[in-house]
Amino acid sequence: MDGAHDLGGKTGFGAAVVAPHEPVFHEPWEATAWALNILAIGSLRAYKADSYRHAVERMEAAWYLRARYYERMLTAVATLLVERGLVSRDDIERRARGRIPLAEPVAALPVLQTQDTVATQARFAPGDAVRVIARSTPGHTRCPAYARGRGGVVRRVYPLAHYPELRAHSNVKRREHSYAVEFQARELWADGEPNQSVWVDLFESYLDRP
Amino acid sequence: MTQQPQQSPGGDQPEAALQARAAALRDALIEQHLIDQRQLEATQALVDKDLSPANGARVVARAWVDAAFKQRLLADATQAARELGIEGIEGHQMVAVENTEATHNVIVCTQCSCTAWPLLGLPPDWYKSPPYRARVVREARVLLAEMGLQVPDAVEIRVWDTSGETRYLVLPARPAGAEALTEQQLAALVTRESMIGVALAKVPPTD
Repeated sequence: MDGAHDLGGKTGFGAAVVAPHEPVFHEPWEATAWALNILAIGSLRAYKADSYRHAVERMEAAWYLRARYYERMLTAVATLLVERGLVSRDDIERRARGRIPLAEPVAALPVLQTQDTVATQARFAPGDAVRVIARSTPGHTRCPAYARGRGGVVRRVYPLAHYPELRAHSNVKRREHSYAVEFQARELWADGEPNQSVWVDLFESYLDRP
Repeated sequence: MTQQPQQSPGGDQPEAALQARAAALRDALIEQHLIDQRQLEATQALVDKDLSPANGARVVARAWVDAAFKQRLLADATQAARELGIEGIEGHQMVAVENTEATHNVIVCTQCSCTAWPLLGLPPDWYKSPPYRARVVREARVLLAEMGLQVPDAVEIRVWDTSGETRYLVLPARPAGAEALTEQQLAALVTRESMIGVALAKVPPTD
C-alpha cells in the first residue's frame, strides 16, 4: 500500500532530536504493549510480524503520523487480536471504559499464489545491475516507494527468507533471497546528496534486470 | 473510512486512555488463560540484559582489540555475537558494517523501525520518528550535521534501509587516544547512537 508509513525521502519534516538518557519505555503501558505484541507473535502465534507491520500501516494516515510508536503498536495489537477473534471489541472497550480505535480493514487483494514455493537459487549476484519493479499493491510490501522503478547494483546476497507480501496476508509461504542493492541518492532524488548511497534490502520478487 | 476526521483518534491521547487500552488487552488475555502475568514480566525483563545496547558495545570493544574477532564479526555478526552469549528477538540475521576513512555508515528503517534489538536495544524515539525516517535516505549529511555529526564531503555516506530481514550494526572507528584502555573501558565509549551511525564513539577521558 502507498501508506503514510512509507516515509523514505518525504519532505516537510523537521528536526530529529536526540534526547539524552531516554528510558526504554516512557510509561508502564508502553512496556505492556510491547510485551503483549511479543507474546502474541511468539507464544500465542496469533499473527506474524509481517501482519503486525501491516496492521500499523493500516492506521488512518493522519493518525499514524501523530501517534507515538507505542500507540501505533498498541493499536495494531488491539486490531489484530480483535480481527483474529482472541478478544472481542465490546469486551476490551468495556474493560477500558472507553472507545478503542482500531486500524482500517485489510484491502481486497489479488491471490499471489496458492502453493508454498521456494526459490533456492539466487537469481542475482553481487555486481549485477538491477531495476526495481514499478508496482504498487493494496496490501503489505517491504519495497519502499522511493526505490520503485529505480536502477541499482546488487552488493550482497542475503539468505532465504519469507516473502512478506504473502506472509502478511496468508499462510501460503514463499521463500526467496533478498539483496542489499546500492542506489545513488542522486538517482533516487534529483536533489539527493552527492557522495551518498542508499543500500536497500530488497526481496528477489521486487527486482528485475535493468 | 469509518471515523470522521474530528473524531480521528490518537497522537494526542491522554496517557490514561492509552494505559486503559493496554490494561484492557492484557486483562482480557490473562482471564482467558492465553497468557499469564509471569510471562509478561519475563518478556519485559528482556530489555534489561538480552536486548540492550550494552551488548553491542561489548561486541564493538571486542572487535577493536581482537582483529580475528573483527573479521568474524564482519563476516557473520549473528554468529560473532553468539560467541559473546548475545542473541535474541530480531537478532537472527545481523550484519555489521564498518566505518572507515572512506565510508561512514548509518542505519534506518524507513517503513517501520526495525533494529537489531540484541545489539542496539529497542530503538530510541528519534530513530522511530518520521523526520529521521524521511530525511536520512535523502539528505544524510545535512541531517547528521543537525544531529551534531559533521561528515566530510569526501567521505561517502552509506545509508542502510532495514527493509528486509537483515538487522544492522555500525562498527564505529576506534577513537584516537584509547590505546591504553581495557576492553571494558573501551565498551564505555560506545554509545547506541554511534552503533546506528549518527555519532562517533566517545573520546576517552584524558586524565
